[in-house]
Amino acid sequence: MAERSFRNEVQHLKLGAGETFTGEGILAITKALLECGVGYVGGYQGAPISHLMDVLADAEEILSDLGVRFEANASEAAAAAMLAASVHYPIRGAVTFKGPVGVNVASDALANLSSAGVTGGALVIVGEDYGEGSSIMQERSDAFARKSQFWLMDPRPNLPSIVRAVEQGFDLSEASNTPVMMLVRIRACHVTGQFMTRDNKRPPLTVRKALANPRRDVARVVLPPMSYAQEQDKVRNRWPAAVNFIRANKLNERFGPDQGRIGVICQGGMFNATVRALQRLGLADLYGQTDIPLHVLNVTYPLLEDELLEFCAGKDAVLVVEEGQPAFIEETLAGMLYRAGARVKLHGKDTLPLAGEYTGQVMLEGVEAFLRRAAPDLLPARVRAPNALAPAIPDLSKTVPIRPPGFCTGCPERPIFAAMKLVQQELGEHQIAGDIGCHLFGALPPFNIGGATMGYGLGPASNGAFDGGGDKRPIAILGDGGFWHNGLSSSIGNMVYNKSDGVVVIVDNFYSAATGGQDILSSRARNPTRTTNQPIEKALRGVGVDWVRVIDRTYDVARMRDVLREALTTPVKGPKVIVASSECMLNRQRREKPIVNAAIRDGRRVEKPRFGVDADICTGDHACMRLSGCPSLGLKRLDDPLRDDPVAHIDQSCVGCGNCGEVADAAILCPSFYEARVVHNPSALEARLDRWRRGVIGWLQTRRARKRPDLAAVQGVAAE
Amino acid sequence: MNEAAPILTPAPRDATLDTVIKLAVMAVGGQGGGVLTGWIESMARAQGWAVQATSVAGVAQRTGATIYYIEMARDGGEGAAPVFSLAPAAGDVDILIAAELMEAGRAVLRGFVTPDRTTLIASNHRALAVSEKTVPGDGIAHAEEVVAAAELAAQRLILFDMEAVAQRAGTVISAALFGALAGSVSLPFARHAYEHAIRASGRGVEASLTAFDAAFAEARGDAPAAAATAEVPAPATPPGAHLGADWVALLGRIDRVPRGARDMVRAGLVKVVGFQDMGYGFEYLDRVARVATLDMGAGDHELTREAAKYVANAMAYDDMIRVADAKTRPDRFARIRDEMGVADGRLLRLIDYTHPRAEEVVSLFPARLGRWVTARPRLMGWIDRRVNRGRRLRSDRILPFLQLYLLAGLRGWRRRTLRHAAEMAHLDGWLEVALEHARCDPAHGVETLRLRRLVKGYADTHARGLSKFDRALAGAQAVAGRKDAADWTRRLREAALQDEEGLALDGALRTIGTFAGAARDQSTSSTE
Repeated sequence: MAERSFRNEVQHLKLGAGETFTGEGILAITKALLECGVGYVGGYQGAPISHLMDVLADAEEILSDLGVRFEANASEAAAAAMLAASVHYPIRGAVTFKGPVGVNVASDALANLSSAGVTGGALVIVGEDYGEGSSIMQERSDAFARKSQFWLMDPRPNLPSIVRAVEQGFDLSEASNTPVMMLVRIRACHVTGQFMTRDNKRPPLTVRKALANPRRDVARVVLPPMSYAQEQDKVRNRWPAAVNFIRANKLNERFGPDQGRIGVICQGGMFNATVRALQRLGLADLYGQTDIPLHVLNVTYPLLEDELLEFCAGKDAVLVVEEGQPAFIEETLAGMLYRAGARVKLHGKDTLPLAGEYTGQVMLEGVEAFLRRAAPDLLPARVRAPNALAPAIPDLSKTVPIRPPGFCTGCPERPIFAAMKLVQQELGEHQIAGDIGCHLFGALPPFNIGGATMGYGLGPASNGAFDGGGDKRPIAILGDGGFWHNGLSSSIGNMVYNKSDGVVVIVDNFYSAATGGQDILSSRARNPTRTTNQPIEKALRGVGVDWVRVIDRTYDVARMRDVLREALTTPVKGPKVIVASSECMLNRQRREKPIVNAAIRDGRRVEKPRFGVDADICTGDHACMRLSGCPSLGLKRLDDPLRDDPVAHIDQSCVGCGNCGEVADAAILCPSFYEARVVHNPSALEARLDRWRRGVIGWLQTRRARKRPDLAAVQGVAAE
Repeated sequence: MNEAAPILTPAPRDATLDTVIKLAVMAVGGQGGGVLTGWIESMARAQGWAVQATSVAGVAQRTGATIYYIEMARDGGEGAAPVFSLAPAAGDVDILIAAELMEAGRAVLRGFVTPDRTTLIASNHRALAVSEKTVPGDGIAHAEEVVAAAELAAQRLILFDMEAVAQRAGTVISAALFGALAGSVSLPFARHAYEHAIRASGRGVEASLTAFDAAFAEARGDAPAAAATAEVPAPATPPGAHLGADWVALLGRIDRVPRGARDMVRAGLVKVVGFQDMGYGFEYLDRVARVATLDMGAGDHELTREAAKYVANAMAYDDMIRVADAKTRPDRFARIRDEMGVADGRLLRLIDYTHPRAEEVVSLFPARLGRWVTARPRLMGWIDRRVNRGRRLRSDRILPFLQLYLLAGLRGWRRRTLRHAAEMAHLDGWLEVALEHARCDPAHGVETLRLRRLVKGYADTHARGLSKFDRALAGAQAVAGRKDAADWTRRLREAALQDEEGLALDGALRTIGTFAGAARDQSTSSTE
């Protein structure tokens, strides 16, 4: 079960011709695929397109009713490879993953696909994880399209444009026998809006029918001599075909007046940001009608030389708005203009920054700088000579703490890192490699564990140089998602092969959790459409790992620490793998909360745990915080003049995972923590026993209280 | 220049642009910002406005800061769709909703709150960032700086604890934020439009509406005055005659303390008497009195006040007896039942996490025996193997409770224990140094007293704290006699509270070492 359910929303996918769809970008993309007669869909989850995979999974019934196959691929490479069905068969296929990391993984298959060329439309929908809210290295996916020669669409970020781009993408792909990649930026994936729907279309040829009538075209096999022919075909036939299609169908758009002294060329995805900058400068209206000619590249590769030269003709200066680097569009355009002997002044990365997201402020400053240089008379007077000084607001940069993402309340990965910190306190610091997934938060305070992140499932592989061994053993962390994505073969299998002496901790939280809680092979959930419950341990033993320890409750910090210590100190040679399993708390809460609440309502006995701190026993040393970082474990200032430092405090959001108590015990921190289990609907016997116990305890307490001065009453405050 | 091209003159700003409302929500992942955004969006759409919302999903939002963004415009009805921005821009936000105080600060910092246009609706409760919590001292960010900046930056500021409003209603903060938005009347929608959006969402409607209503009233400023927390002003002479002659005598001695320190002395007295007995109170007042004789009155008798505070803390050290006593008090049980919502028909099972070691057990032995045992590592090891393990005590059961109860009952025995002897020796050693410093430099005396703050925690944390304290005290002694001795001692304390390992403290000590050492070298060479 994924983190977010689209069970209600997917009903919108059934809308017919002339109806209005209201919702998010990802759902609109799915609807567009169905309207285009797609034959199969797939992909691999990852922000910002995780929800597209969730929508597809939740829409599986609707898809199969239409004869559309949905495959949850093992990785982005597997997803791209699946597009092979469109190489020999006239079936439209679409896959989705995140960029650029997913595109990196998929690049092998994408390059082969591009060389072979396609018969049916092949669409790769890439959620470009760039800018604010991204969780990966900052790069763009554009280079892949250019080196392998597949077409790159970057539609304007509104629902009608995105929906139209899906259809145009399939048509373009088929017209040029080339796969098409469509980029959707982070916020565009979840932008809301409306568009007019059309009827869903059954694929003219379903994958089931194709299976019954196999076909193959030797010209599309990537082997010499065909591969040489394919290279020539790309530039001689497919490229011109694409250029003709893009021009004839006006995939790129023009806004504003036909003529002007200056112009702006922008990526489709940057359209709204460009218009907003012009709006703020008084050069565009609410509906995007600009005073300055605007050429919008909904297709950013290939670039149409004649279209661009025509736009630049008669202008003194043009600005290229192209986020990220390298500046492919600007550089290509510069070559075109030079070859054409044009005299227009080209601006882009001179007035806009070389790297980094083009936010509202960046765009405003960049467009303004362009206008200042190229046409200062167009700037409104208040921009040319601002007279009101901005009031001085105190600088809060030293006051406001940074708040990077971290482990959720009750996360089962927190105790794993607490245990690692404790082991390192005993055995010294170790070489630790991280991987991709929630567990990478272990690299941040308070744990500061793990350095390298070389790719999904590559944590242990990134310790390869240390496989020869030494005085200490290298440790690598790997998630269950990464394990099945790539880790089993690239990391674990090769540790066995290379006789590595290293230690691997597999963080098994039952889901591909970081991407939104999708099921994977080792998930414990019963999934009617997938095979789950395949233990990681079995796979490990299968590839020849002999030293395996399975911990089925990561919250047992002491045990976790002891097993880690054993792995680091045992004389046994060969890879040592610890599988640390506990369910992702976010998903567990989502699963259990309704069940627990229903049970309480129905009068069944339920124990609900929560932790607390005795404020008068806590000394405010915050040692527990340095082994936790749990959002529910905070600080509280006491109303006591004798105390300087705030004490630990657990708020209502505590889910009772037990990490803080276990850590206090394992690290011998303090006796401040207690667990309160509230028993709902206790049995009559239990209630009577409790009354009796409280009676005895109360009697003892009163007895002692009588003997000591009632100082609390004297002071007016408890001497906490 | 291209003469043929038409010359454009700057056009006046499109007036319809000013009708666009730009609203950003800054929240911490998990606060329900998505629900709030959904409500606002569906409400605007239902009112016939063109609206666009954006958000960021994924791992980057797990407990991290995140922004939801909405733009809306009255639908022109010309069929053309407004071009909205997908993200907020500095200086271009009309309404900023911050679901936590530091997120409001972040909004101001990023320029999303400007005096010409922004209504800032913020909850002033705190969800602490990891960096604020891990500092051994007090690392909590200064809320008042954020509030001051928000007051300057916002055109209008609506600031109250919306988290508390939501909790009282048994829901999450999104409903309270929505209510505050409605109460601010910064959107052109009537109250029922808001309530309709909540009802239409269909989940937890009643609780959401309750929180909405309360926040609405508070944002409009017509909330019923919150029942003032019963704050009983401390009477000048606390009633305590019924506690006996000793207590009256103790109180009488407080009156001899300088006025500026009396409240602190009284608090300290309550603490030490509660920790041990009336006799202990006399010992406490004796120690405070020794300091008071040196007090020249600077800083409203700061020297005596700080002595009253830290001597009390040092005397009421954290031994097993005190912990067991705190764990078995009746008010503790009542407080936990209240906090955990143990109402009628529910029971409480209470599990206390403890982990005694041989050190703690031996520290309860008579001082001489304790010293003898401690000096024998093999014996200590033998005891440790028997006691050193995590013990989870079901304190709601008779036998585990009795264990703690009996341990707490050892109070009468306490003065004979090894721990008491060690604590008293340590206390008096420190106090002597502080008195010596105070004699020539009262400010340095104050700072020396304040070093006591470094001693805290249990087990290894306590040992680390003690080691920091010892090093800092040595540093304080090294700078004694210098004009800036107090300043250096304060720096040592602050450095020691910065990090767990005491790296900053070591750095500060090294700095002191350079000049204090040089001074010593000089003095030795001059005597030669």
